[in-house]
Amino acid sequence: MKVKLITGRSLQQGVGKETGKFSIEYFNNVAICELDPSDMETLNISPGENVVVKTKFGEVILKAVKSMQAPHKGVIFIPYGPWANLVTDPETHGSGMPNFKGIEAEVSPAKEEKILTLKEVLEKISGGK
Amino acid sequence: MEKTIYNAVCTICGCCCDDLEVKVGDGKIVEVKNACAISLSKFQNYNSEERIIKPMIKKNGEFKECSFKEAAEKASMILAEAEYPLIYGLSLTSTEAIGKAVELAEVLGGVIDNTTSVCHGPSLIGVHDIGVVTCTLGEIKNRADLIIYWASNPVFSHPRHLARYTIFSKGKFRKERKERKLIVVDVRKTATAKLADIFIQAIPNQDYELLSALRMAVKGEEIYLDEVAGVPVNKIEELADLMISCEFGVLFFGLGLTMSLGKSRNIDAALSLVRDLNEKTKFLIMPMRGHYNVTGANEVIAWQTGYPFAVDFSQGYPKYNPGETTTIELLTRGECDAALIIGSDPAAHFPVSAVKHLMKIPVITIDPHKNATTLISNVVIPTAITGIEVEGTVYRMDGVPLECKKLVEPPLGLKSDEEILTEILANVKKLKG
Repeated sequence: MKVKLITGRSLQQGVGKETGKFSIEYFNNVAICELDPSDMETLNISPGENVVVKTKFGEVILKAVKSMQAPHKGVIFIPYGPWANLVTDPETHGSGMPNFKGIEAEVSPAKEEKILTLKEVLEKISGGK
Repeated sequence: MEKTIYNAVCTICGCCCDDLEVKVGDGKIVEVKNACAISLSKFQNYNSEERIIKPMIKKNGEFKECSFKEAAEKASMILAEAEYPLIYGLSLTSTEAIGKAVELAEVLGGVIDNTTSVCHGPSLIGVHDIGVVTCTLGEIKNRADLIIYWASNPVFSHPRHLARYTIFSKGKFRKERKERKLIVVDVRKTATAKLADIFIQAIPNQDYELLSALRMAVKGEEIYLDEVAGVPVNKIEELADLMISCEFGVLFFGLGLTMSLGKSRNIDAALSLVRDLNEKTKFLIMPMRGHYNVTGANEVIAWQTGYPFAVDFSQGYPKYNPGETTTIELLTRGECDAALIIGSDPAAHFPVSAVKHLMKIPVITIDPHKNATTLISNVVIPTAITGIEVEGTVYRMDGVPLECKKLVEPPLGLKSDEEILTEILANVKKLKG
């Protein structure tokens, strides 16, 4: 399904980052994708199942979460963090600021795929070193 | 023996809440009152197993613990040998430390940038173009009868903003919730939007159009469309009437404007809208600054160099050109050949192409905790935490400076960011002759 991706702050992300970047709280609060309930129904995804988010810049596996900030049909939300940045747009249009919000993306079910840990995300960026 | 420290300043977000009550017993923090959920998490976890106590230098891909002197010497050597080093971060430290970082950048002939670059950088560029009508948060608490949060969700990002400064605050002239109106404009029905009297849901990337339409409505011009950014024109006109008819309005805006298409042009439109409104009533505008001293980083760098972020000293004088001297471009173009990161985690918060270059160059990180950037660093220097273990000055989002208190002693041997940077600066001056 084609969607617009918004990355941003969430209260749980804030609590998670203060708990620790390698804590289970941070992983559980940040390696997620919030979807509109009607989009979840269309995609046949239940909360807690994994999805894959693809953009021109990469792809990432995340846990699907039913959005508490709906309705936002056609818009998905990933909290700031290393998982979101596997798919954000580095284009700044000469402003210094990448496109962290409003990015063209595609989301689909990936029930069997595994979510990378923070260390694995960095290994993926470095090319498997 | 227990003691309570009153009016401690919280070092999380740009609200810099200065009313914390911290109970200390046996040299440890045992209770914190008035803190939000994020602040509580910091106080509960700042000394967790993710705290770094010993400096480390990476040798053959493995971190080896070392003394502070060795780590500072190695860091100084990397920086002094670099042709075009980058100093980045600085929004989670004291203004005193930021001052030292600016001096270091000048001596090195490198670039100093702060996290504004990927936060409210476009807001500052907008302010250069248009100017800004603003005030302190105290004025807003006492007087504002119309509050707008545009592309900002403070219930999540600045949890006590509404209670301390806006709709739930008890001001001198506006004492109750019913005396203030709240409008939220966002692309999702956020937790803040659920508290609003009026919620306007816009289409992502179309804030510029919506702000421009509002400017037309405020000026009484006719909009020849049915809707703009997914918002019916009659709703836009209704919003404009509300803005014009308030006595003291304020527009707080968040990263929904700076991080989506349009960037600084979105801010131009918002600042211009508020400028237009001042022909009809009293209206103000303020960015919702994220980290507790990101405003301080702009203040210090601006008063020392003339520019608020992304300052390049490679020509021997300060040069500022966002888009060229900003961190993301320096990294994605592969230009800087060493990086000093202070109180930030760019490996977690930059797009992949920027992180890839960070992985190729020597990186020195000064931070109290392990994070994605410490993992890819060559030198890691742990530090005492500003506002908990060392004092320091910070600037609240409205530019009001506040003094953070020392609440407890740092773990043995840990120095402040300012002390570490002073040592590196002295070493670099010797190496550079």
